[in-house]
Amino acid sequence: MIAVAGWIATDMWRWIGVFASGKMSETSQIFIWVRAVATALIAGIIARLILFPSGELAETPMWLRILAAAWGAFSYKVAREHLMVGIVSAEVVLISGWFILL
Amino acid sequence: MQNQSNTDEIEAPEGQRLSNRYWYGQGFKNAFSLPTVILSMAFIGFASLAREAGLTLDQVVLMSAFLWALPSIVVLTGAMVSDLALLPTFIAVTLSSVRLMPMTMALIPILREGKKTANWRLLLVSHFVAVTAWVFAMRKLPELPRYARLPFLTGFSITVCTLVICVSVAAFISFPKLPAFIGAALVFLTPIYFMLSMWGASRLASDKLALGLGLILGPIFHLYDPELGLLLTGLVGGTLAFIFYQIRSRGRL
Repeated sequence: MIAVAGWIATDMWRWIGVFASGKMSETSQIFIWVRAVATALIAGIIARLILFPSGELAETPMWLRILAAAWGAFSYKVAREHLMVGIVSAEVVLISGWFILL
Repeated sequence: MQNQSNTDEIEAPEGQRLSNRYWYGQGFKNAFSLPTVILSMAFIGFASLAREAGLTLDQVVLMSAFLWALPSIVVLTGAMVSDLALLPTFIAVTLSSVRLMPMTMALIPILREGKKTANWRLLLVSHFVAVTAWVFAMRKLPELPRYARLPFLTGFSITVCTLVICVSVAAFISFPKLPAFIGAALVFLTPIYFMLSMWGASRLASDKLALGLGLILGPIFHLYDPELGLLLTGLVGGTLAFIFYQIRSRGRL
């Protein structure tokens, strides 16, 4: 199960990616497009993990998760793109909300 | 832009070609950094999720080593918990892993040294493509001399993977059950970390636009079609971002 439905199903895409990249250059327009598509795909996963989570996180209200994420992004920008500041701020909002609401 | 100083500055003397071994070592050193810590914490969240779901330690280790991409691992866990048959599981994991293709495609031109780099080496190292390593590589590799990039990333990826698997095993064995709020906080780490580090790694306006569009389109397309939603988000969001970027940069000329 893990070998077929897990390993093949994920590495297949990586291998196709290696072959499809072919002789694509780092400065070409196609490269910029492919990167934008990859970025949008990851963003889609991010949104899905925030809005439709699994496990304990699903216990929290959706607006709290959105608020925590937005606050994290805001703090990250204000702290001049300091990763740790953004992550800690988002988690503080989430955990405080957890104790106030649940 | 990027002012995290948790990773060591990489020393690359001008005009002198250093050995591959040196670059493996640099990759190894760079693995002891913030991305690994955050990824480990996210995997601790997964380990406790897996334990609650009744998975065995072997399964957790195999999934971490064979899949390596956490969102795909979560999908596979969900499928195994609900006793889905092989084919529907395969389809679910395949659809959730499509992003790995454009990610790899975007990485390879930066990674390879012209025609000199053998395909089998790229295929091997491509196994480690996942958001954390990808974001790190897209930001760090362009600073390195070309010949150094493959050994550097290999050293980095193998070390991160080993460390994270050790942490997951320790978490699986030692934490029978985390307090619920910690479990929630750990699961929440993945999207927050992905979001902020993607923003930090994007060099062009098109990448930032794609990130924003994906965040908005993702849920809409997910509600429209839970299976193909991600794929649509990537294609539509990415293409729109690319077109806007083209129009804007033409307008400036």
